[in-house]
Amino acid sequence: MESESGVLRGEHFLSGNEACAEGAIAAGCRFFAGYPITPSTEVAEHLSERLPEVGGMFIQMEDEIASMNAILGAAWGGMKTMTATSGPGFSLMMENLGLGIMTETPCVLVNVQRGGPSTGLPTLVGQGDMMQARWGSHGPYEIIAVSPSSPQEFFDLTIKAFNLSEQWRVPVLVMADEVVGHMTEKVTIPEPGTIRLTARRTPRVPPEKYLPYEPDADLVPQMAIAGHGYRMHITGLTHDRKGYPVINEEAQAELVERLVEKIRKNKHEIVEYQEEMCEDADVIVCSYGISARTSLLPIERAREEGIKVGFLKLIVVWPFPDELIDELAGHVKGFVVPEINFGQISLEVERCAHGKARVILVPHAGGGIHDPEKVLEAIRRAAA
Amino acid sequence: MKEASTAEKPKYWRTPLDVDKLKIPHGKIHIIKERCKSCGFCVEYCPRDVLELSTEFNSKGYHFPVATHEECCVNCKLCDMLCPEFAIFSEEIETEVEKVGK
Amino acid sequence: MNERHPMDKLLREDRIPHIWCSGCGLGTCLTAFITAIQESGIPLEQMCVVSGIGCTGRVAGYLNLDSFHTTHGRAIPFAAGLHLANPSLKVIVISGDGDLIAIGGNHFIHSARRNLDMTVVCVNNFNYGMTGGQGGPTTPLGSKTTTTPYGNFEFPFSIPYLAAASGAPYVARWTALDTRRLSKSLGEALHKRGFSVVEIISPCPTLFNRFNKQGTGLDVLKSYQQNAVIQHGADPAKVAIERDGKIIVGKFVDIERPTFLDMVKERLGDKFEIPWEKLERKEVTVPSADE
Repeated sequence: MESESGVLRGEHFLSGNEACAEGAIAAGCRFFAGYPITPSTEVAEHLSERLPEVGGMFIQMEDEIASMNAILGAAWGGMKTMTATSGPGFSLMMENLGLGIMTETPCVLVNVQRGGPSTGLPTLVGQGDMMQARWGSHGPYEIIAVSPSSPQEFFDLTIKAFNLSEQWRVPVLVMADEVVGHMTEKVTIPEPGTIRLTARRTPRVPPEKYLPYEPDADLVPQMAIAGHGYRMHITGLTHDRKGYPVINEEAQAELVERLVEKIRKNKHEIVEYQEEMCEDADVIVCSYGISARTSLLPIERAREEGIKVGFLKLIVVWPFPDELIDELAGHVKGFVVPEINFGQISLEVERCAHGKARVILVPHAGGGIHDPEKVLEAIRRAAA
Repeated sequence: MKEASTAEKPKYWRTPLDVDKLKIPHGKIHIIKERCKSCGFCVEYCPRDVLELSTEFNSKGYHFPVATHEECCVNCKLCDMLCPEFAIFSEEIETEVEKVGK
Repeated sequence: MNERHPMDKLLREDRIPHIWCSGCGLGTCLTAFITAIQESGIPLEQMCVVSGIGCTGRVAGYLNLDSFHTTHGRAIPFAAGLHLANPSLKVIVISGDGDLIAIGGNHFIHSARRNLDMTVVCVNNFNYGMTGGQGGPTTPLGSKTTTTPYGNFEFPFSIPYLAAASGAPYVARWTALDTRRLSKSLGEALHKRGFSVVEIISPCPTLFNRFNKQGTGLDVLKSYQQNAVIQHGADPAKVAIERDGKIIVGKFVDIERPTFLDMVKERLGDKFEIPWEKLERKEVTVPSADE
């Protein structure tokens, strides 16, 4: 079903959304089901044109709920699948994100965040869905979310999202934002053969011996594809290793604990961040997405003023790098967390700092990026 | 190909021309008692009134059917098709004597 | 109890007896469905069953095929994804009236509009059984349910009308009693290219039939015998079910219409290599079964 021809390579001048679409194609995604919503629509539009060129399938579904389900179904049909949306659609997708988590279906969900809540600011930036990314669906679970700060990163992290979703058999969220989605920059696309892609873990045993939810040592089960004679049963109900629904405490403990531990125990392989100038820092600016990028100027200014400030960009936001923050909190005076909301990831930083360092949020209601002065002020307060 | 028993000839309103070649199929009924939930579909719709609900019951307390007139079964498979529980099926068998039912 | 039923190899027999009530028509519908798939000639490995939430939704759990028990109302889009990812799969959606027509209504009409190639079996027992017997989109006017204690005052949908109006090329309705015709119709629906819909009227003796004093499952089957009228080719606009009235059954729509993938190929086939062309299901011809 895959075709190498048509995969872009070389240097291009792309918007973030276009880069995301190209990243998906480079990662081997050959199925996209989505619904138009500003500011993510370009991902769908670009893929509607590009997917047929690479032998893939694009379908615009009737709503976001259908889109989320279609990508789950197509994943079980054997494809790497993706959808893209923004805040309101993200909320709609939550129930079935849970289905994907419970059935351990690999797929990628891109959220190009915009001003909220509700219809909010369709065409302007927000970062208000970060906690929803972690807790938006019902029930206890762990999720993986990445956050790009540039079109190049949007390309790279979309590929990373596909790899993580296949490796850990969990839907992976790409938490972008309108600024990253709409800004245009140089994106370098490596030769297809040089991009590391994670293949699906298909069964190593014949159908008679296969148990759909028997985990391997890393707590991830092998995934059969529909139509290959495995006759598996996949359900969103709590289930046993055969995949059959079992409605009791023991089954819940066995299954859900594994789903949670699958991510927690393997956290060290999943967490990723960019750390700069933190060794001698008194203050660390910790952020993600466009707010990480817009922190660079205030950090430079602060350094010029003599404040020893470091930069910590979260590339993988969920699972959150608890131990890192805890460790850093031990030798800094404070963290500054600029984000385009009224405190979401800053709460995590506060939690993990365990009171050892102060955490200063630089909030923003949405609709624009941070004023560097405000971030600089916060850095000065943190250093005081 | 078996002849009808001389004890009871089938009552035709007009004797078919191929009556000597007629073969009425015969079925043996299998009942998986533990699966039955006593819905009564098979008993009601058997066209030869072969079945009736027994006085015994299974471990869930349901009265399962018994084939009291199994010799009348013509393997029409209506019980098989209607049973919601996969608890009854018939298979075609040969018999010595054909006996037309009630 | 070591006896095995001939259909056991298509059932997950460690889960039989199933959870459905005594007198529920779902077991009969499942038997008819298994008969249809056995006689269809379609390789079992290619079959995928997708169901939603509800009593009918549990069908997926009992069938020994690749089966997917998805969220409420979302069987059809999930099945759409499965189908488009691998068009050689024979995708069958089996779900209930509430699941497919209320919460899933939007997906139902759009997938019919697109004429996605899948078979949809909608078991209609006129209420939400699994959750205790609430009213639903097909509950007849005046009927009692747990959320319509004074009698339902909403007009119900006519599923064949909805399906036909949305573009389904095959629309049929049968009762759970008429199993032979039902199996044949299911077989036709399986072989039909496009979005084929078979509605099965089925008893719900524990809830809907009890609340409306319609007796046991057997009593309801007998009432189907009285009330069901076969009208092949009837106008789907005129087959609404009146409470305690006639139930018009038969094959209402059987037309040819290009499927979603046909249209994709038509538009894009010249420009791009469409790899899924190579995955076309090998069609098996089966004599048509009109009665």
